[in-house]
Amino acid sequence: MKKDIILAGVGGQGILSIATVIGQSALAEGWYLKQAEVHGMSQRGGEVQSHLRISTNPIWSDLIPQGQADIILSLEPLEALRYLPWLAPDGCIVTSSVPFRNIDSYPDINEVYSAIQTFPKHILIDTDAIVKEVNAPVQAANMVLLGAAIPMLGIEPEIVESGLKKVFARKSETIVQTNIRALQAGYDYASKNL
Amino acid sequence: MKHILLGDEAIAQGAIDAGLSGVYAYPGTPSTEITEYIQLAQSKKQDSAPIFCQWATNEKTAMEAALGMTYAGKRALVCMKHVGMNVCADAFVNSAITGVNGGLVVVAADDPSMHSSQNEQDSRFYAKFALIPCFEPSNQQEAYDMTRRAFDLSEQLHVPVLLRVTTRMAHSRAMVMTADSPRAQNARTLPADTKRFILLPAFAKRNYADLLAKQPEFVRLSETGGLNTYKRGSNTKRAIVACGIAYNYVQESGIARDVSVLKITQYPLPVALINQMVADGAEEVLVAEEGQPVVEELIRTVIPSDIRIVGRLTGALPRKGELSPDCFAIDGFAQTPKTATLTEKSLMTLPGRPPSMCQGCGHRDMYTALNEVAREYNEARIFGDIGCYTLGALPPFHAIHACVEMGASITMAKGAADAGQYPAIAVIGDSTFTHSGMTGLLDCANCNADVVVLISDNLTTGMTGGQDSAGTGKLERICMALGVPEEHVRTVVPLAKNMEEMKAVIREEINYHGTSVVIARRECIQTLKRKARK
Repeated sequence: MKKDIILAGVGGQGILSIATVIGQSALAEGWYLKQAEVHGMSQRGGEVQSHLRISTNPIWSDLIPQGQADIILSLEPLEALRYLPWLAPDGCIVTSSVPFRNIDSYPDINEVYSAIQTFPKHILIDTDAIVKEVNAPVQAANMVLLGAAIPMLGIEPEIVESGLKKVFARKSETIVQTNIRALQAGYDYASKNL
Repeated sequence: MKHILLGDEAIAQGAIDAGLSGVYAYPGTPSTEITEYIQLAQSKKQDSAPIFCQWATNEKTAMEAALGMTYAGKRALVCMKHVGMNVCADAFVNSAITGVNGGLVVVAADDPSMHSSQNEQDSRFYAKFALIPCFEPSNQQEAYDMTRRAFDLSEQLHVPVLLRVTTRMAHSRAMVMTADSPRAQNARTLPADTKRFILLPAFAKRNYADLLAKQPEFVRLSETGGLNTYKRGSNTKRAIVACGIAYNYVQESGIARDVSVLKITQYPLPVALINQMVADGAEEVLVAEEGQPVVEELIRTVIPSDIRIVGRLTGALPRKGELSPDCFAIDGFAQTPKTATLTEKSLMTLPGRPPSMCQGCGHRDMYTALNEVAREYNEARIFGDIGCYTLGALPPFHAIHACVEMGASITMAKGAADAGQYPAIAVIGDSTFTHSGMTGLLDCANCNADVVVLISDNLTTGMTGGQDSAGTGKLERICMALGVPEEHVRTVVPLAKNMEEMKAVIREEINYHGTSVVIARRECIQTLKRKARK
């Protein structure tokens, strides 16, 4: 079992928390993991991406070769398209449909959606609507997205949930519960819409 | 114990477990997390032996303090980004001449592809320049293990050891097995040789001869220490020399399946292993290395000229930027990079999303005021510096005309003013000012150069994530002590409501023909938010 995942978004959206939760889950499963992330200058409202690789066998490269990612997991629809060269021919795009408009040249959002929809395997999920439904703050959008990716991850939902608990435990029980609701709602959405 | 650690964190944990007594560093991407990890570990474990871990003012003060700690017999770590090596080069190169008493490890984190830097310099050159051993781990476990080995080697050979990593190593996580408890710190012992650290020519000559005499031993340890490995392939005519993390890309791509592979993670070059590769019949050698073609050039001095060497110099691999698994073709020696399978399917051109200053950031208000005043003059020139405010070069501000290296804003403005440029304005952050701007301001004050130095003081080292800034609370006094008259050290609060006042102050100081300082002070919006959450 091996999963190569490109995590994408805009600086500050919380893609690294997704990576941390998947990392904890992989650790619990006894898998190998490598995760390359971006720090520093590009975090300031710019495009950010992380290469996350989990596998039952040792992993060589910290970077995913192009054309090999099983999943592009993006907190922003335009950013999902930026990493298409990495997507495997049978790979899946899981992305929030909520645009982050901090540039003047942001394209017509419907054009962005149609581009995503040309891929046979995709999940476009309105993370903002879902966090509202489960009475969670907008910061929990990343856990909604992660929940939606669980069917593709090859890790049982319970394992991901306990990974989440471990990561958020140092904050508060309320924050843990809020994020679990977000994760579950994302998972339910993907299970119905895949 | 098993942890998921960044390469930087693995180095930090390795240093702690090696019995570290002090880490000396100035923040710089991609090295910052090493010191931050040690600081966090210290705050959690107050019962263990203390490790000094407060930020230094710059890389040179860091390097010198570390040398002092090793003089006193204890183990010290110095961490910096690659260009920090330039700042501390004097102390670094001479630390090889003095040698060390306690172990001294210097970490240089290079940034090929310039993710957060202004050049791609390769710190392995510095190890060669200073004639000391260098380690270059290929993965996080090696980063942990090699940090401890580097301390051992430093104490065994009495020289500093350079640990070189690159962005992908520094900022990638993986599982790392660590020791259960740290080795004890060294007791304080003074050097037995009382002249060792006095680099008067007579003593320095003796020390330099000692350092040269150690070189064959450094090579021997590279050959036999176990960190460099040679694996003969079924096809010995072709060989790959893979250095540091380039080894991973070679393995990932599959091009190493049949050929011989020499993995290098310790320098100087292991000549005996290279000779073995040649003796096995290598006719073509691909050198895979992250950064500049250091090994590709050096290896030509070791192996016969009829052997074909390919790599970044010959175009087999890209001459610049960081490597990736895509740089290595499946079928052979990287002559044709693999092309993406789905690039053409992107269906639309995507606008870039460059980094920008945060909404609500004081640098924004500072630039708004400065730009409006600068437009009142014919050809005002604004010399920028290194930090978040460098983004003032981009839209919507287009505010700065230069940005070269830490501190250059002030001295470039001075030089331009010396040449008759008016107005000559420097924009520098508070942390960069204390790092390398103060001496330049002294030069300005000593000749009353006609410059305005605008210190955009956000009370932190913002770009690298909000570390303490060395001059917080002292900037006005520093400027006055350096010789700027009190009435020309002005302070404003960069907020939209203060715009007219800010503009008036900047205008007055431009119209004053002498050295003046305007401090625009408002806390970084990120550190403010973080405090509010606590």
